[in-house]
Amino acid sequence: MNLVLDIWRQQSLGAEGRFVRYSLADVPAHFSLLDALDRLNAELVARGEVPVAFESDCREGICGACGVVAAGSAHGGERRTTSCEKRVGAFEDGATVRIEPFRASAFPVLRDLVVDRSALDRLIASGGYVSVRTGNAPEANALPIAKQTAERALDAAACIGCGACVAACPNASAALFVGAKVTHLGLLPQGAPERERRALAMVEAADREGFGACTGYGECHAACPKGIGLDVITHLNRELLRAARS
Amino acid sequence: MSAAIAAGADATRSLQRRAAPELALDARAPDVGRLELAWASRRRDLKLVTRPRRRSQSVLVVGSGLAGAAAAATLSELGHRVTCLCFQDSPRRAHSVAAQGGINACKNYQNDGDSVEKLFLDTLRGGDYRAREANVYRLAELSVAIIDQCVAQGVPFAREYAGHLGNRSFGGTTVSRTFYARGITGQQLLLGAYQALSREVAAGGVQLLARHEVLEIIVHDGRARGVVARDLATGELRALVADAVVLATGGYANVYHHSTNALGSNATAIVRAYQHGAAFANPCFVQFHPTALPPSGQPQGKLVLMSEALRNDGRVWVPRTPGDGRRPEQIPESERDYYLERLYPRYGNLSPRDLASRAAKARCDAGHGVGPTGRGVYLDLGDAVLRDGRTKLVERYGNVLEMYARATGDDPLQTPMRIYPCAHYSMGGLWVDYDLMSTLPGLFVIGEANFSDHGANRLGASALLQGLADGYFIVPLTASAHVGGASLPALDLAAPDVKDALARAESRTARLLAVRGRRSALEFQAQLGDLLWNGCGLSREAGGLERALAAIGPLREAFWRELRVPGSSGELNQELERAGRVADALELGELMVRDALARDESAGCHYREEHQTVEGEARRNDADFAHVAAWFHAGASAPPRRVVEPLVYRHAVPEERNYR
Repeated sequence: MNLVLDIWRQQSLGAEGRFVRYSLADVPAHFSLLDALDRLNAELVARGEVPVAFESDCREGICGACGVVAAGSAHGGERRTTSCEKRVGAFEDGATVRIEPFRASAFPVLRDLVVDRSALDRLIASGGYVSVRTGNAPEANALPIAKQTAERALDAAACIGCGACVAACPNASAALFVGAKVTHLGLLPQGAPERERRALAMVEAADREGFGACTGYGECHAACPKGIGLDVITHLNRELLRAARS
Repeated sequence: MSAAIAAGADATRSLQRRAAPELALDARAPDVGRLELAWASRRRDLKLVTRPRRRSQSVLVVGSGLAGAAAAATLSELGHRVTCLCFQDSPRRAHSVAAQGGINACKNYQNDGDSVEKLFLDTLRGGDYRAREANVYRLAELSVAIIDQCVAQGVPFAREYAGHLGNRSFGGTTVSRTFYARGITGQQLLLGAYQALSREVAAGGVQLLARHEVLEIIVHDGRARGVVARDLATGELRALVADAVVLATGGYANVYHHSTNALGSNATAIVRAYQHGAAFANPCFVQFHPTALPPSGQPQGKLVLMSEALRNDGRVWVPRTPGDGRRPEQIPESERDYYLERLYPRYGNLSPRDLASRAAKARCDAGHGVGPTGRGVYLDLGDAVLRDGRTKLVERYGNVLEMYARATGDDPLQTPMRIYPCAHYSMGGLWVDYDLMSTLPGLFVIGEANFSDHGANRLGASALLQGLADGYFIVPLTASAHVGGASLPALDLAAPDVKDALARAESRTARLLAVRGRRSALEFQAQLGDLLWNGCGLSREAGGLERALAAIGPLREAFWRELRVPGSSGELNQELERAGRVADALELGELMVRDALARDESAGCHYREEHQTVEGEARRNDADFAHVAAWFHAGASAPPRRVVEPLVYRHAVPEERNYR
């Protein structure tokens, strides 16, 4: 199939960017969006031009490195799909597809489609862990955990940290990301002792990093490639109330 | 010790004397008679220093996967000043994240006869007796504490209804000892290590440098004292010095171009360490995973991996008639060849990876392959769907099934999956002693980057185990004792050795940009990959290896003559990053072929066609090759020198691997 890719080009951090159109012929429909960008880059390099910078690593939807806004939606708008898994066959033959970086003031653009998401790492560092030193763990089966609880924790823990939730949110809020971690660790007995401190610290850190507040649009859930539910935000709010009371 | 092994050890010792009298390999495993006392005795003898002293001692950790993140976090907990680098934009993206199936530990929760001894023997046998006994025993011993540690961190492993931890089975064993979290076990374990690391970052113990790729090792007074890293966002080169360096940079399967490794996974740091005196052990030992998706024409070599756990429930087959073009559901039971069940009745679909991969390629080479390219076999969950129902299978494999459906457009619970072997994991790596230190003093190597525990073939679900054993429990103690005992003077950033390393990194980058040819780095990578797949792939023979060796030199020359890297060094430049990685892959590819040639036997994944049993299985030669082959760099113009570490088995009697 043929495609026209209308891609955000930006030389470096803080530089002015613009959209540039590229035509791409005979792309197999089973190619992913990123395979198509690879094809384009091969052509650009062959012509002696500078290829489009974009991030990806595992190409199977688990590392969270990739992330572009395609045709107006984070990761291309298909449910539970990362940019590296989005197939170009989903677009019409001959379509013009605009490809942009994940935009949020907490995610400055470094070059073209590459953004700096280190703010998410700092959110985890603010409290998204269980404080246990290596070698201090009791026997793993000493503390049974109900299967449903472990499964719900895993649903939340499946977050890949790609930042699509932030990019999709009109407020650029990281509530789904924070909620997922607070839910994952808060549901488990191992994470329970720190639950109030964790919720407060992570929300404060999100404010500090310039993420917006959650006003319940729900776009984050729709964009999340792992389908993390809005219930984690409810859970987060409950943890915050609990922390405020104690 | 059997007579054959003793003779082999003698033969290899004499080879060692002849080859390089001054280069010897001392594994320094504690010789205390009983393996179960070895690690305890080493820990007893480690000369650790007090916490206030540790604060003044620094360690650089390169890589943030399971091994690197665990090591960085634990070294910081011990009180050391730690700097952790990763090339990804976040440590959470290291390729450990993609491991699906699980992690082995001999908890014996299933009461099916598991024990430290059994995991130890399974691992040695799985590796075809080409691993060091003492290391493997320690790995099995530590497995138990790793599960405890991860559960305490909040890793949500699968549980039974009563709330206890669940297990599943992997290839190469008869017990059920694999702990898992759906098909995202690697991700969950990595998040545990990443969160432990993040806690230390917040506490000020670890300086985190994401988007930094190591290009040079700083060697001072014969010791590894730092690295030169390129800030991938700005292109700036930075020298970082420390009292010791830990490499946790993962494996090198990407030299085959088509591999299950992440696109960025690369061998630059281990190749550079090799060039500075760290011996490279068993480079030809690379595992091909039997259950990857077949290649389908994408520019990049990355292939999607399907968890081996699927072989618990899936049956592998090809049509009996070569070239049978019918859809799988139209082929009746009687015309299907369930070749793994036929060839290996005891282990069937759970045969070890090397056997399963070779059998798949043999079927396809004989014309039974399926799919548009004929490079594929079926992995069929049909029987499991009838037995357990869709819901159970979705619960067991959830995301893996989704991934397959997205990548191919087929529902794997309705249509059999198509799979094909693909380069996956490197058992070879930098040689390390029992303390996980390389032959370059002060340079420790952990996880897939070292050669240690898996011999000639790794068992499924043991990579995560080794990464975490090295990272949480071994290297923090041994590296801490090393820097504690060394009392090194601070190394000034203006010292000549530091400036030289910076200059080398700079000139290398400049050289890549200066070629100004017409071909992209990716083209060369694909070409090298083809060359290695054909000459040094799933099976090898002397003629093909000689041809591959003869072809790599000209390919490297073409690279340095025709490469095109657009842009400059002072900016985010992904083509430049790739070009550097390919340049180093070309060096390593040559070493792999040399090693495969020199190892004139079959062992595990290293299958020399000249050496097979009547049934076509790998035939080891313990008399001549019961050793680790470690290669020392001898400069750009001289061939590397091969030195052997004899493998002496006192506790496990090497036997022919028999999974039939």
